[in-house]
Amino acid sequence: MELVVFVLAAAMILVGAVGVIVRSNPVHAALSLILTLFGVAVMFVAQNAHFLAAVQVIVYAGAIVVLFLFVIMLLGVDRSEDLSSEPFKVQRPLAAIVGLGVIGLVVAAVVSSRDAITVRGTGLNVADTVGDGDTNIKQLARSVFGDYVVAFEVTSVLLVVAVVGTVLLTRRVKGSGKDS
Amino acid sequence: MSFLAAATPTTTWYLILAAVLFGIGAVGVLVRRNPLVMFMCIELMLNAVNLSFVALAKKMGDIGGQTTVFFVMVVAAAEVVVGLGIIVSIMRRRPGATADDISALKG
Repeated sequence: MELVVFVLAAAMILVGAVGVIVRSNPVHAALSLILTLFGVAVMFVAQNAHFLAAVQVIVYAGAIVVLFLFVIMLLGVDRSEDLSSEPFKVQRPLAAIVGLGVIGLVVAAVVSSRDAITVRGTGLNVADTVGDGDTNIKQLARSVFGDYVVAFEVTSVLLVVAVVGTVLLTRRVKGSGKDS
Repeated sequence: MSFLAAATPTTTWYLILAAVLFGIGAVGVLVRRNPLVMFMCIELMLNAVNLSFVALAKKMGDIGGQTTVFFVMVVAAAEVVVGLGIIVSIMRRRPGATADDISALKG
C-alpha cells in the first residue's frame, strides 16, 4: 500500500516537473506545477507531515500558483512561445550535463551515506484520529512557538517587508508618464 | 505479491526522488527563457528540498525538519511576491522581455 502511494505520487511529481520545463505555454507550465505540488503534498502525508500537506495545498497550489496565473494573464503572455530556436547552441546539452551531474552526485551521496542517518530526536508522534486529534499539529506548534519563536517573529517582519516592497515596485507614479 | 509487500519505500527512495526533482528544476532554470517559467522551476527546486527535509524528519524522529519546511514555505511565498512584482514592472517597460533582454540591471 505504501509502495503504491509512493509510486503514484512520484509519477505525479515527475510528470508535472517535466511538464513545467517542456510545455511551451506558460499557463500549461503553471498547471503542471500544480500536479507536482499535489504529488509533494501526498508525499508529506505519507511521511507524517499532515499540517505541512495542508499548507502545501493551501499556500502553494492555492495561493502561489494562482498568483503565477494572475501575473501570466495580467501581462498577456498566455500564448505559446517558440522553444525550437536556441540562441546558444551548447546551452541545452550543457544544461542536461549539469542536471544529470547534480542528480548523479546527490544520489551517490545519499546511497553511500544511507546508514549514517540515525535517530537523534524524540520521534514524531503518529497521528491519532481516535484520541485527541492529530498530534502532528501539536508537535509542530510546540516547535514553532517554542524553540523557534524568534525565527517565527522574524518571518512576520519579512512578510511585511515583502508586501511593502512589492507595492512600491509595481506602483505607477502619478503625473510622470516615465514608467507607465 | 510478497515482493511488493516487502518493498516499502525507505528514506533513501524519497531522497533520490527529491534529487531528481531538484535536477529537473535546475535544468529548467538553465534552458527556459521566460522569467515566469524560470520562477516556477525555482519553486520545483524548493519543493525538492522540502521533500527531503520531511523525509529526514521522519527518519531521524525530529520535528525540527518539518519546522524548517514551514519556514521555507513562508520565505518562498515572500520570494514569489517580490519576484513577480519585479517581473511585472520589467514587463510593463518592455513587453515580451526574456531573460536575455534583462541581463543589464540599468533599464
